[in-house]
Amino acid sequence: MERFAALLDGLIFTPARNGKLTLIKEYFRSAPDPDRGWALAAMTGELAFREVKPSQIRALVLERIDETLFDLSYDFVGDLAETVSLIWRSPAAAAESPPRLKDIVEKLHAATRVDAPARLAGWLDALDATGRWALLKLVTGGLRVGVSARLAKTALAEWAAVPLDDIETVWHGVAPPYRELFQWLEGRAPRPTIAGQPTFTPIMLAQPLDDADLDKLDATGYRAEWKWDGVRVQLVARGDQRRLYSRSGDDIGTAFPELVAAMPAGVVLDGELLVMRDGEVASFNDLQQRLNRKVASPKTMAEFPAWVRLYDLLESGGQDLRALTFDERRARLENWYAARQPAMMDLSPLLPFQTWHELKELRAGARGRGIEGIMLKRADSAYVSGRPRGPWFKWKRDALTLDTVLMYAQRGHGKRSSFYSDYTFGVWRGDELVPVGKAYFGFTDDELRRLDRWVREHTTERFGPVRAVTPELVLEIAFDSIHRSTRHKSGVAMRFPRIHRIRWDKPASEADHIDNVERLIS
Amino acid sequence: MSAPGSPEDWLRVTANGLYCEPGDFFIDPRWPVDRAVITHGHGDHARAGHRRVLATPGTVAIMRHRHPGDATSYQPLPYGEALSLEGVDVKLVPAGHILGSAQVVIDYRGQRVVVSGDYKRRADLTCPPFEPQQCDIFITEATFGLPVFRHPPDVDEIEKLLQSLMLFPERAHLVGVYALGKCQRVIALLRRQGYEAPIFMHGALFGLCGVYQAQGVPLGALQPIGGVAKTELAGKIVLAPPGAQNEVWARRLPDPRTASASGWMRVRQRAKASGIELPLVISDHADWDELVATIDEVKPGELWVTHGAEEALLYQASRMGVTARALSLVGYEDEE
Ligand SMILES: [Zn+2]
Ligand SMILES: [Zn+2]
Repeated sequence: MERFAALLDGLIFTPARNGKLTLIKEYFRSAPDPDRGWALAAMTGELAFREVKPSQIRALVLERIDETLFDLSYDFVGDLAETVSLIWRSPAAAAESPPRLKDIVEKLHAATRVDAPARLAGWLDALDATGRWALLKLVTGGLRVGVSARLAKTALAEWAAVPLDDIETVWHGVAPPYRELFQWLEGRAPRPTIAGQPTFTPIMLAQPLDDADLDKLDATGYRAEWKWDGVRVQLVARGDQRRLYSRSGDDIGTAFPELVAAMPAGVVLDGELLVMRDGEVASFNDLQQRLNRKVASPKTMAEFPAWVRLYDLLESGGQDLRALTFDERRARLENWYAARQPAMMDLSPLLPFQTWHELKELRAGARGRGIEGIMLKRADSAYVSGRPRGPWFKWKRDALTLDTVLMYAQRGHGKRSSFYSDYTFGVWRGDELVPVGKAYFGFTDDELRRLDRWVREHTTERFGPVRAVTPELVLEIAFDSIHRSTRHKSGVAMRFPRIHRIRWDKPASEADHIDNVERLIS
Repeated sequence: MSAPGSPEDWLRVTANGLYCEPGDFFIDPRWPVDRAVITHGHGDHARAGHRRVLATPGTVAIMRHRHPGDATSYQPLPYGEALSLEGVDVKLVPAGHILGSAQVVIDYRGQRVVVSGDYKRRADLTCPPFEPQQCDIFITEATFGLPVFRHPPDVDEIEKLLQSLMLFPERAHLVGVYALGKCQRVIALLRRQGYEAPIFMHGALFGLCGVYQAQGVPLGALQPIGGVAKTELAGKIVLAPPGAQNEVWARRLPDPRTASASGWMRVRQRAKASGIELPLVISDHADWDELVATIDEVKPGELWVTHGAEEALLYQASRMGVTARALSLVGYEDEE
């Protein structure tokens, strides 16, 4: 447990992704089985306890320390687990030696609500302050150490020197404490079998394409379809099991139960998740309403009807189709779709074109809702996980831009922690600026240094790591689209905002007005 | 034990700090006075501009270094030697806080008051340990006067730093330390744990390290970062005053991992709020257990609390049957 506690303690203080990876890899290297498997489960959100309530923890500590002193301390510290871990007095000779993570998991799972507190007290006596803190965070389900499931899996992949895709592929076929997973990664056992399991297949991604690259490609060898502005998903139905996965392999089925229920058996499909009303793709913001909820109510399902527009067929009737060409898979997808007519799904149509010029015209005309650009797929391309160079391209619509004024700057993390590198910018409403977004990339290191100096020299106010600046610097912001949002003060939210150009030359008074922003809302 | 009258008749709390009327001296006053007795060299205790200062030789050396232009007349009084000021006996006894730090022991008309200044009970390689004195009135600080404050062994914390150097060999380790006391203690601890490499330092730290070395505290090789290639600072320890990680100066360090050595690092939320990646709980102040144990040991008739988290300590004293009051002295900072 001490090692796991030290890991959590390190993670909570280490903001940079690379630093977190280093700490997790070191843990996988040094911790024994099955403790490291349980730790992995805790980090990927697959380990939960409901046996201990905060009120029981408070009761335990008040058996040992004066209530007034506890309350004064809690008041100062502000977090129950932290206060208890710091204030707890172990008896001079602890009755037990410090528990291992596996002891805690096994014994607490076997414990009842009645005997769990006594177990917990014994462990609190045996651990030091950091161990107690980690234990309390673990049993009350509040790890929050800034590690996503994906980061934990990335650390696992880097530690074992295997591609992340390999981990994702077997992930839903293995269970905590992942003994067979670690044995395979250490070369002590074969790869865990996933046949018949509704596991995720890492998806195939496209390379970005510039207009200039186009002429190097042979138009007749490629197929084109719209790039829909939703969320890429994978539908897996094997045996009687069905799953809806996001592009990173997270199971998002509980948020879209109607889609899961409607999935015909025996297929793996690749598609775009959308909100669809009367055959029209709704805004990305509408889709966000569904994605933000872990569980969908009947009202939400009716208000934001979910839909999948199908791109590809990876498996059918137990047969893996990924090695076939795109044309062959597409033919099978069309046959399958015609035979089943599944509810809440349709096919993403292929775009007819002979020359790049024709396709360019199609693209230029595509200002409709829900279209982000065009996907180009080589007719003979196999379905290969990851982002291979060559077979698939995404050719996005031109980005939109706005001239905005820098309002606040915030210090970055890690390598950027001495720089003001996160920028909040606004546009004019009358003679007042309203913030419309935040960007922290799109500039070179030299520009960052210059921006940082400018921020330091034009500071008007400081709030912790944030500085307000005089409204004098124009930032040209590029973004993919802009939507209405109730979660932002300005009422709008941008997708992928980045600094396109720093307009050192342009007076702030010539920056855009909120009316211009309204016009760009899709 | 107590003679007619009480020490409150001759030791008063004033806006300018504690004042001993018959001896005509202030202890750690905020503004210039004719005669000051100084417990230790921290800026909030040893201010400039007094006409005469009585302090230990260590504190005098620190004050001379910090206030070079002062016309102050210094009277060094070694630990344990008594001196009579207008019939009031004054003695300076180790407080274990930093080099030269002292408790002021005042005997007058058969009564004894001990002004502890800042103190700690843990061993410190840079100064002699606190010596408890039984007394009628014990005047204590309460910087860490809550039972959540229990400092772990300092070598364990230094080991955390040395482990991190191995785990992140590509990053400089920038440790925030106060220039007086904490800086030299951290260096001494590193040396004691076998770290022999040169320790790199921010320019602001060299002066006081020189004072310590002149007073006979060995610190090993100390080096400024000016002129050192950035790559050479990877995996090295660099000491700087707190907050220097946010300064332009820090850009000369490769991807610095920021540490801080302070008792406040004990509380995770606080450490995290200050943007520290590697908190090191190393304190020059007594933790809760030390405060309570000291009251128990010196068995004062009365406890006066100068500054810090006094509410819990006053409550604890009452549970121990000791009469206690808060002086709420202003002007002291929790320099940790
Ligand atoms: Zn001090
Ligand atoms: Zn002080």
